[in-house]
Amino acid sequence: MKKQIGDVILDVSNISLRFGGVKALTDISFNVREHEIRAIIGPNGAGKSSMLNCINGVYTPSEGSITFRGQTFDHMDSHQVATMGIARTFQNLALFKGMSVLDNIMTGRNLRMKSNLLLQALRIGPAEREEMMHRERVEQIIDFLEIQAYRKTPVGQLPYGLQKRVDLGRALALEPQVLLLDEPMAGMNVEEKQDMCRFILDVNDEFGTTIVLIEHDMGVVMDISDRVVVLDYGKKIGDGTPDEVRNNPEVISAYLGTSH
Amino acid sequence: MAFFLETLMGGLMAGMLYSLVALGFVLIFKASGVFNFAQGAMVLFAALAMARFAEWIPAWLGIDNMIVANVLAFMVAGVIMFVVAWCIERLVLSHLVNQEGTTLLMATLGITYFMEGLGQSLFGNDIYQINIGMPKDPILAFDSVFEGGVLINKEDLIAALIAALLVAALSIFFQKTSTGRALRAVADDHQAAQSIGIPLNRIWVIVWCVAGLVALVAGMIWGSKLGVQFTLTTVALRALPVIILGGLTSVPGAIIGGLIIGVGEKLSEVYIGPLVGGGIEIWFSYVLALVFLLFRPQGLFGEKIIDRV
Amino acid sequence: MFYRENGQFKTTYQADQQIFPIRQDRLAIGLILVLAFFVVPSLADDYFFRAILIPFTIMSLAALGVNILVGYCGQISLGSGAFMAVGAYGAYNFFVRFPDMPLVPALLLGGLCATFFGILFGLPSLRVRGLYLAVATLAAQFFSDWMFLRIKWLLNDSDSGSVSVSGLQVFGIPIESALSKYLFCLSVLVVMALLAKNLVRSAIGREWMAMRDMDVAAAVIGIRPMYAKLSAFAVSSFIIGVAGALWAFIYLGSWEPAAFSVEVSFRLLFMVIIGGLGSIMGAFFGAAFIVVTPIALNLFLPALFGLFGLQISTAGLSHAELMIFGGLIVWFLIVEPHGLAKLWSVAKQKLRIWPFPH
Repeated sequence: MKKQIGDVILDVSNISLRFGGVKALTDISFNVREHEIRAIIGPNGAGKSSMLNCINGVYTPSEGSITFRGQTFDHMDSHQVATMGIARTFQNLALFKGMSVLDNIMTGRNLRMKSNLLLQALRIGPAEREEMMHRERVEQIIDFLEIQAYRKTPVGQLPYGLQKRVDLGRALALEPQVLLLDEPMAGMNVEEKQDMCRFILDVNDEFGTTIVLIEHDMGVVMDISDRVVVLDYGKKIGDGTPDEVRNNPEVISAYLGTSH
Repeated sequence: MAFFLETLMGGLMAGMLYSLVALGFVLIFKASGVFNFAQGAMVLFAALAMARFAEWIPAWLGIDNMIVANVLAFMVAGVIMFVVAWCIERLVLSHLVNQEGTTLLMATLGITYFMEGLGQSLFGNDIYQINIGMPKDPILAFDSVFEGGVLINKEDLIAALIAALLVAALSIFFQKTSTGRALRAVADDHQAAQSIGIPLNRIWVIVWCVAGLVALVAGMIWGSKLGVQFTLTTVALRALPVIILGGLTSVPGAIIGGLIIGVGEKLSEVYIGPLVGGGIEIWFSYVLALVFLLFRPQGLFGEKIIDRV
Repeated sequence: MFYRENGQFKTTYQADQQIFPIRQDRLAIGLILVLAFFVVPSLADDYFFRAILIPFTIMSLAALGVNILVGYCGQISLGSGAFMAVGAYGAYNFFVRFPDMPLVPALLLGGLCATFFGILFGLPSLRVRGLYLAVATLAAQFFSDWMFLRIKWLLNDSDSGSVSVSGLQVFGIPIESALSKYLFCLSVLVVMALLAKNLVRSAIGREWMAMRDMDVAAAVIGIRPMYAKLSAFAVSSFIIGVAGALWAFIYLGSWEPAAFSVEVSFRLLFMVIIGGLGSIMGAFFGAAFIVVTPIALNLFLPALFGLFGLQISTAGLSHAELMIFGGLIVWFLIVEPHGLAKLWSVAKQKLRIWPFPH
């Protein structure tokens, strides 16, 4: 069944980002449609993570604005972004190393937990029921990502590939409308990459989650994404379907260099 | 007006002394990332050593000359501080190399208790005097400008001079010598420094020795002013707001922070104190530093902490 | 072979998430409670109560509070003594100014005073971290020292600078004897430990740990740093405040501000570090260590010196105590930086597979 790609859900307009004298992003504009898988690619240092950080509220752009579902902001607040339904994974895995896998993913449910301190301290009635309900949802995510055996293990002790899955699980726990994935397959071998692709496609398929994906593996990008944005040195040099971008001479020279 | 200037002067002098103690903190933190709570105990230990040896040396060697006795006592105390520094590095720091900040902080607190106990059992726990020939009489300056002149304590003036000389010497050491350069490298990045062949252990011993020397000078000056007693350890606690204000990693910050805190304390003690019942100096400087922190979390000259995600 | 989990399957999430999921643990805790409430009182003498048991229970409570802030939420605090003081004087004011105020509400109100104080002095944590925050908390400590020394109104205008309470009772039962004091403190400790454990394993506890481990990521998944940090300060200072009130009312009886000096703050921090950061058990271990060590030294050292025919003066004794205390702390930090709780969990691991070595 061909999936239905909807209207524009996220619109990035003329975003520029400066750190002192360094311009990380210059006048970037692109949009993301609902239910699609949008890839952001580019050589190292192109500003891809910085772009996600702007959408997420970790960085404040020097210029430009971001529109989500019709509401425009000139800078995002991390907490607000999460409540609006945008979740993300991190390139360097910002997991909570002191906690178990289960607890890490449970933190993703915190936004939806309503019971107050006193009830939590007494652990009766509504607090207990809420905790169990969220535990069930998290267990579903754990099943989906096939990490049941590790649920009580402290995250710091897991191998890298599994930690990346936990990162994804924590983002999924927010039940987001838009999922920002920052190099989810970095450092994985072929099998792990296939697993991760499967998870991403399943999430997009079953829940209709819009995916914005930073990725270096060209094979993956060309295979699973609907549209691609190409960044180089903080500027946008390509925007379109995978095929269009693949044949764009600027993109080719950015990656391979030009002959002199 | 003259009174205000006197208070100001008094504050600046006191501030200089705080800076001396704060310097010890900053040095060690810069070079090893360890916040040495034991600095206060080191000041006390050094002062005790110097005070007692200044008594014992004339008795043992039959020297009458005060100056010679004091110089010898200073040298002996210096050697003792080197030994202390070496021991701390060997026995404590080298075993705690990769631990978190809180662990290291607690370790230095443990060292504080240990040194307090050791110092007092070795050197006794009475109040001792350090007599390095500092003139105790005040001078009246500016009596052409202000009627009656402005009272400045000669002792404080000399102390400030010594402190300034020490700071100048340290600055030259850090900027111009190769050891100083190595120290700055280590402060920046332990691993990178190691990878270019800088021997971490030796560097840390050097740093703690320098800090010990600074502690000795500070102890000597404070001891001469107040007498060497147990309360010298609380001097460390008084110096903390200085570091906050100036920034944990900045030598000029320690100086300027010290001056600001010194002046702030004196002014608040004299002008605000009587209104609220007195005794507010101790927390006033902390609150001052706190308010400062809210606007500039890294202190005046400290490095901004940037988190990369 | 005794400590196996074999055969203990959980069929509900509730069962899986209880505090003591292993049956042997539940038995052990039951035994310990029986021991604490019934056996110990019948065996202990007055000295044991006053010197060890009562301080241990109250300090464990305080260490619990400190652990929530420092161990679970990662906010280092050197001002715990001040929170104890505010709790103590707060409770005192409510107890003394309202003639019919019963003891327990007074203690709880003291805790609430400490909560407000804690939130106020916790505000810097929103801007600064680590060592800078530690120094900021010292501001709370010194301000409190001054406040209870100079502002006479807080001491109910007592002239001498020290205050006292007497005639304590709960539901008509007087709290005068060492035994009654011990049981009262123990009960408060058990109740608050249970509440604390519940908090620490629910959503708020996870928020605290998330802030400790990686606050930027925590913000991105929707945790509000301000709420998490201030709630940690609030809960922690409430517990520490109640402990302070207990310390003043029950252990000291009459006290001065110096009873809650910066030394106390350091002591509490030691308890938490040696006991184990981020662990409820750790608070108990740490408190036991810090309470028992000076007493043990006091008994042991003169005897040791006596072996060599030497006398040790009281001054010498206190110097030696300082040295050994400091040395022990350093040794401990080198050998097991995660504290006694870590040693305990390692021991349990070994016990699980006993008698096999691995």
